[in-house]
Amino acid sequence: MKKYTFTEKKDTRSGFGAGMQQLGQQNENVVALCADLVGSLKLDAFIKENPDRFIQCGISEANMIGVSAGLAIGGKIPFATTFANFATGRVYDQIRQSVAYSHKNVKICASHAGLTLGEDGATHQILEDLGMMKMLPGMTVINPCDYNQTKAATIAIAEYDGPVYLRFGRPVVPIFTADDQKFEIGKAWMVSEGTDVSIFATGHLVWEAIQAGEILEAEGISAEVVNIHTIKPLDEEAILKSVAKTGCAVSAEEHNRLGGLGDSIAQVLVKNTLVPQEYVAVDDSFGESGTPAQLMEKYGLTAKDIVAAAKRAIARK
Amino acid sequence: MEIEQLERIASQVRRDIVRMVHGCQSGHPGGSLGCTDLLVALYFHQMELKESDDSQPIFDMSGAGEDVFFLSNGHISPVWYSVLGRRGYFPVPEMATFRKLNSRLQGHPTTHEDLPGVRIASGSLGQGLSVALGVAMAKKLDGDDHFVYCLMGDGEQQEGQVWEAATFAPHHQVDNLIAFIDLNGQQIDGPTVKVMNNRDLGAKYEAFGWEVLHITHGNDMAAIVKGLQEAKGKAGHGKPVMVLLETGMGYGVDFMMGSHKWHGVAPNDEQLAAALGQLEETMGDY
Repeated sequence: MKKYTFTEKKDTRSGFGAGMQQLGQQNENVVALCADLVGSLKLDAFIKENPDRFIQCGISEANMIGVSAGLAIGGKIPFATTFANFATGRVYDQIRQSVAYSHKNVKICASHAGLTLGEDGATHQILEDLGMMKMLPGMTVINPCDYNQTKAATIAIAEYDGPVYLRFGRPVVPIFTADDQKFEIGKAWMVSEGTDVSIFATGHLVWEAIQAGEILEAEGISAEVVNIHTIKPLDEEAILKSVAKTGCAVSAEEHNRLGGLGDSIAQVLVKNTLVPQEYVAVDDSFGESGTPAQLMEKYGLTAKDIVAAAKRAIARK
Repeated sequence: MEIEQLERIASQVRRDIVRMVHGCQSGHPGGSLGCTDLLVALYFHQMELKESDDSQPIFDMSGAGEDVFFLSNGHISPVWYSVLGRRGYFPVPEMATFRKLNSRLQGHPTTHEDLPGVRIASGSLGQGLSVALGVAMAKKLDGDDHFVYCLMGDGEQQEGQVWEAATFAPHHQVDNLIAFIDLNGQQIDGPTVKVMNNRDLGAKYEAFGWEVLHITHGNDMAAIVKGLQEAKGKAGHGKPVMVLLETGMGYGVDFMMGSHKWHGVAPNDEQLAAALGQLEETMGDY
């Protein structure tokens, strides 16, 4: 198992903020929009350096999506930002008609995704966003794993012409990917090679998967950990190549088990090969208040849960 | 262009509308007929559009360097398709494909089939004003002093997103936007005052910080042309402009006028003949 260490923990949303600052300096067509959550989205540096290219929308997410579509028509690259719940579920029809169906170059950038915004509880958490966004034809869906990868993804989506949903979060997590990485949309990242079980993880769960891999290694089980940062388009080739070697799979995501990464992987497996798959995901429920660590524990999203799922998958081979 | 010429174009557009809707036995003739005069005035008189040397419109998605129009109440697609076709954005015979399989003229406008003239899908109501605002702001960022026009329905004012946009536009001083509400007083389930009374829309928009104008004869070409000039004069002074256009649903075909019954119903063969008998063919039917 390849070793990963870290010297610092940071929130992925700060990676987004850093990416936006760099984009502000590099690309004059980039415009940021926000619905009264500038501090939460870490947009302060972008706004300070590019006051004319920031549009405060107030607490009006539907209008923000429409204005973004209009800016895209006018040749701008709008980054529409708010919490993941309000960036997706609240405005699904606006995204569907004005962005996805109209194929507008809008980047929907969503913080506080999943359970780990913590204490605010289920009204502000969302565990259905990946499902909603991936079902929209033509939508690219990305869920990076740490600060560096989120920064790189933010910069990469500005270069890509088409609608994108970029999802990140609030808790601090280890920074374990390279700070000079090039983010390739749709290309899975091999974290660590192994032979007994494939662990396909996304977002905050990638670090948990690495921890799980180390625990399994200590028990004599060789886990392959793959970071599926792009949920759509899914890197089917990487998934099939990995399970051809290991013979079983675990999917791990901070999302409802219905409609997320796990289901996307299951579809690839059922169509191409017959290997067992186990899910690490929230079991079709809403979240609740608590600290991020408590919630990850209660809803079964920790390294320990991935280890158990890996053993179940191996036993079914 | 002379008023009389515009009126002659409008007559043909009305023929196109009823024929399109009859051809597929579906669609929305009522609001289309009511907004015919406005759209003809916009596309054949008011709007500055990019053209080739032989006066054919040149369409590009960005609409940079020209005026642009958005139809938020997308169900009145027949009138927009006819005006776009007659203006030269796509071949007139293509109107015969309206709402049929594999057509670029979808039931509600879309960019999905690359129909020139259309820049966004509309149909799910309440979204167009926001989109128009985004385009207007992009024009400001680029120093492009052209106008953005947006038409909404009066029933559409019941959508919450409209009021998000209504609050946003004056706050950001989007004064290169001229929006219209088609005040025909009808929606699918009946008269707007009965279904969900919008009350005084003019007072509401004024209170939100808009410059508000009324065109009380929204099917009188001369009144529209004058009103559009006035609206243009009000633009550019820090406030978005809202034009309340009083139209008759179904205007131009006597038995379709003034009732919500023809909001989304197609005429049969006899009704088509009766309608066409009231509308002069001025540019040749498709």
